Amino acid sequence: MEPIPLPPGLPFVLTWNQLSFLILAGIATLFAIGVVVMKNPVRSAMCLVVNFLILAIVYFTLNSQLLGITQVMVYAGAIMVLFLFVMMLLNLRAKTVLSEKIDPRMFVAVPLGLALLAGICYQVFWPLREFVMPKAHDSYGSPQAIGITLFTDYAYPFEVTSVLLLVGVVGSVLLAKRKV
Amino acid sequence: MVEQWLQSLHPALLALIRVLLFVVPILLIVPAFIWLERRLLSWMQDRHGPNRVATLTFKNGKKIKMQGLLQPIADGVKLFLKEDITPTAVDRAIYFIAPAVALFPAFAIGATMPWGPSNGVYGLLTPIANVDIGILYVLAISSLGVYGVVLAGYSSNNKYSLLGGLRASAQLISYELAMGMSLAAVILATGSLRMSDIVGQQMAPLWGQFPWLQNWFIFTPWGFVAAVVFLICIIAETNRAPFDLPEAENEIIAGYHTEYSSMKFAVFFMGEYAAMFMLSAVFFTVFLGGWNPLPINWDVIGADIVGLKSVADFFGGLTYWASPLTFITKGFIGIAFYIWVRATLPRLRYDQLMHLGWKVLLPISVANFVVVAIWIMASKAGTPIIGAAAYVVAMGLVAILYISYMNTKKGKSLESRTAEITSGTEGVLTAEVTN
Repeated sequence: MEPIPLPPGLPFVLTWNQLSFLILAGIATLFAIGVVVMKNPVRSAMCLVVNFLILAIVYFTLNSQLLGITQVMVYAGAIMVLFLFVMMLLNLRAKTVLSEKIDPRMFVAVPLGLALLAGICYQVFWPLREFVMPKAHDSYGSPQAIGITLFTDYAYPFEVTSVLLLVGVVGSVLLAKRKV
Repeated sequence: MVEQWLQSLHPALLALIRVLLFVVPILLIVPAFIWLERRLLSWMQDRHGPNRVATLTFKNGKKIKMQGLLQPIADGVKLFLKEDITPTAVDRAIYFIAPAVALFPAFAIGATMPWGPSNGVYGLLTPIANVDIGILYVLAISSLGVYGVVLAGYSSNNKYSLLGGLRASAQLISYELAMGMSLAAVILATGSLRMSDIVGQQMAPLWGQFPWLQNWFIFTPWGFVAAVVFLICIIAETNRAPFDLPEAENEIIAGYHTEYSSMKFAVFFMGEYAAMFMLSAVFFTVFLGGWNPLPINWDVIGADIVGLKSVADFFGGLTYWASPLTFITKGFIGIAFYIWVRATLPRLRYDQLMHLGWKVLLPISVANFVVVAIWIMASKAGTPIIGAAAYVVAMGLVAILYISYMNTKKGKSLESRTAEITSGTEGVLTAEVTN
């Protein structure tokens, strides 16, 4: 399919794919920053969940449906629920931080930080201007394709990993039990 | 003609039509579920329930009673007009988004659910997205349902709410595993994750022998086990009695929605009923033949018996065109089952809940999974001797599991069991999760 030109006025000509990726990646990055910045641990965790969901959508756009849905099921659906469970069990609240006085070093640090950000942005975005997103064929990330790959070419690593996980489960049960 | 018109539409517009065709009827049906719950529950408990609204009284004193059918409208008006109270110490942002977060997964589950046949007009209208990860999508989205409850419990700044949220998160994690494993057995048997394929597979001849009847998975031994496990898990997943510990009103007031009033409470309520409908829809899509009203293959009957051709064609057409009605009817039967269970079974204690999830349902569903795997290997082996041997091995596996389970039950000392029961709910809660 021919790339549909976007309305003029954008800094450089993007394809719709790139635009959707940039939007999704931007949102994901914002929420990733939110994980670190938020003072309340539950809000941080929720930012992480949204980040996972957006990443799953990015996987979907790359034709990796199975990877995306596994991301939602395992990370957003199970692991983060456990995180939240622990947070609620400990009843973590936002810490009351004493307000800081204005530090004169801030006037140097902020421009330097912004300059660093600009440098990184230049390095990241400038090469993107002629970037053409490679397109995977439709069945690339389908369950069938992944299953066949896992159980033929990578059968040995796959089985070894499952044994490793089993060892982890048994070990954690052993550690958590008071008397065996 | 409709088909051609639909095909001529822009794909995005067609997708929008598909979404609206699914979501709007369910939004309209939810009040009917609430009416059904109140009437059916009162009937089961030998009392009247709401039977006054929608009684027409004429001038000559004649009355037409309509079983309180308009009660949901009265309820809705009441909920709209009630004062919306927000406690002062809540975590405002999370407090306000929690009901929306609770409602979203309930509706999103339906995105891969076919409510009609995959050929003809219905093929264009359903499911909303016929993706090849359909059933995994259902599992993933239903596991997101816990966030609304947990966030509501956390943000309300109320100890009872917090306890409700805690219980919900532990409960959902416990039951999700058994749910996933019971569905894995079905996936293994169908060899596809696509929901429409799962329905299609159930239209095969019953047990491979009777082409007139359909092979609904609940009729097969492994399917029956998986269906029972899945049914228990969806009741736990929707926080309904007897698994309604997150909102156990005699222990923790109303649990996670204690601090919610007016429309925010109504949104929780709606989310719960929509989730009940959706998960029972998943249940009958996976185990009860989806949109098929009866397990009968009319086209095969029509082809086999020449005299019945016209009759069979009529019923086949009826099955085809009435499939949305069948979908909704089956959903109502599912809801009625939920209500029946609620009226029958007392609420589980917390340790019983964890015991059931981890030590009963999960081993059963894992054993079922292994049995299905052996069954498939046996059927692919070709010779009946190998098949029979594999069957014996599978049965032996189940027997060993059962015996070992009974032994662990017997081997437990009386002291440890009484200690487990008498150590309070919260102690058991943490111990069970860490073990």
